[in-house]
Amino acid sequence: MKLLTGNDLATGDVVWWTGGDWSRHIEDAVDVGGQGEAILRAEEGARRVNVPYLIDAEATEQGPRPAHIKDRIRALGPTVRPDLTLKPADADAGAWVI
Amino acid sequence: MYRYDEYDQSIVDARVEEFRDQVERRLSGALTEDQFKPLRLMNGLYLQLHAYMLRVAVPYGTLDSRQMRMLGHIARKYDRGYGHFTTRQNIQYNWIKLADAPDILAELATVQMHAIQTSGNCIRNISSDQFAGAAADEVADPRPWAELLRQWSTFHPEFTYLPRKFKIAVIAADEDRAAMRLHDIGIQLLERDGVLGAKIFVGGGMGRTPMIAHEVKDFITADHLMSYLEACLRVYNRYGRRDNIYKARIKILLHEIGVDAYREQVEAEFAAIRDLGIDPPVAELARITAMFAGPDFASDAPDTIDRSDPDFAVWLDQNVAAHKQPGHAIVTISLKPIGGIPGDASADQIDLMADLAERYGHDELRVTHAQNIVLPHVRKADLYAIWTALRDAGLAEANLDLISDIIACPGLDYCSLANARSIPLAQKIGERFAGRQRELGELKLKISGCINACGHHHAGHIGILGVDKKGTENYQLLLGGSGAEDVSLGKITGPGFDEDGVVDAIERVTDRYVELREGGERFLDTYRRVGMQPFKEAIYG
Repeated sequence: MKLLTGNDLATGDVVWWTGGDWSRHIEDAVDVGGQGEAILRAEEGARRVNVPYLIDAEATEQGPRPAHIKDRIRALGPTVRPDLTLKPADADAGAWVI
Repeated sequence: MYRYDEYDQSIVDARVEEFRDQVERRLSGALTEDQFKPLRLMNGLYLQLHAYMLRVAVPYGTLDSRQMRMLGHIARKYDRGYGHFTTRQNIQYNWIKLADAPDILAELATVQMHAIQTSGNCIRNISSDQFAGAAADEVADPRPWAELLRQWSTFHPEFTYLPRKFKIAVIAADEDRAAMRLHDIGIQLLERDGVLGAKIFVGGGMGRTPMIAHEVKDFITADHLMSYLEACLRVYNRYGRRDNIYKARIKILLHEIGVDAYREQVEAEFAAIRDLGIDPPVAELARITAMFAGPDFASDAPDTIDRSDPDFAVWLDQNVAAHKQPGHAIVTISLKPIGGIPGDASADQIDLMADLAERYGHDELRVTHAQNIVLPHVRKADLYAIWTALRDAGLAEANLDLISDIIACPGLDYCSLANARSIPLAQKIGERFAGRQRELGELKLKISGCINACGHHHAGHIGILGVDKKGTENYQLLLGGSGAEDVSLGKITGPGFDEDGVVDAIERVTDRYVELREGGERFLDTYRRVGMQPFKEAIYG
């Protein structure tokens, strides 16, 4: 599957395209399929998100899992500061990254 | 310490308001990211993996307690309660919101700080010896010259758009505590026949093409130092490549045209400009120098220390250095607790270090290029109180220059350029060697998460470079580098490792070192004596 991601203009937060908007949570991300480039261009025009780009991901029971470790770290947060990730209460969340 | 005059303050204040307007236009959509990016970078604002990152300049690593407290305040109010001290003696905040950036810069300006030229193809923060003004082996205090360089390079109209970023270090001792020869320009102040001057090295650097700076000028008298540097920069600005970012640093220019040809060009340029008034008036230099007059040291400070607490004694031996003034000492506060994140300090820890500087350290702190903090002027009689306070705050790790005193870049946990994580590796190495690091002695280990070498891996006695190997993290091991006066570049041992594999490999290297070392040899000395082969055999069999 293909996901569209970027960083929110105002906050810098990592965000994922949900089909009509952006979410901080990768679980909300949708497969943009062959529409990725068109959505990307439209969103660049909307100027809500910095440097949006398309990535490859795998559909899993827990939700989309990016193919590259960099995007998995973006999706969760720094592996060395679990308290600063999006899942601070989940002690095993870092395992998803590796 | 240097204090802003009205010109310094008005420049910084004006820059804040200019950036505030630029941010507002970006947020309103009036500026595109392509238009805004060079503007935010000129103010130290990057976009990293998780958020905007703000790099704040700490000129030549020098701070007073008021400034240090401001860094803690910013960490607490605008970030997530911590900051990261860097190899350029700066501090970075990892979780900045764009709309907050102008307010942060405005708060910094109230304590004479800014983020100007902490990014971009300009002259970056001038770095220096963290022991400046306190070390017994310096011929002069390098900080007035570093400050002069700061003023000269700030908004220098010719050097705002260089071919590539440009880093300068200035030291004034034979012992190089600033990795001077791994800078684009390294300046070593010297005294000859009673005249102050400098030896000039050009073309050093790390990154994907590491090089040691060449001696370009054996001695330039101090009264012409600035005009000589101007000539060095002009030749680079004229001939440095702008067509290929990977070949744009001055080290590549020197490599391509040769040191002699570069020197010839510089001398010709220098001859043309040396009498044009580029060098500061004597009175201006005197004004700046006066601000760096040392503190009023107590002449009767006791020179003895009660070493009866064994933990304190260990810290004393490892983290406390001799001071030029009897009865005083230099304290290095390690920001490398075992299992911690190299260079990180919480807002509370930052405040504590500010308090200690104010109470015991003549109100001065330094940031080191090894990502630690120094209290340069403390009385020996106060060391135990300082250590006790540091210990209670988790800041008393006695590991200066030992294997767990690791320089590490933020790596893939934070950095958009990184290929591999650096911090977890540093944590694992610290934990693996915590019990035997003193037995190993001085062993500088440095980790970079990509080829840009922000973690100085080329200059590590043991260096680690993280690479991307088909989507997984892989680590190359290097041996034999040094950023000190015995400067050298590390060599790759062979095929790389995964995270656990590289920690095991380091253990095999250190085990072999213990077998081979003679007398009091450091790891680096043994490596230089026996070469790579015994270590390769230990690693790969």
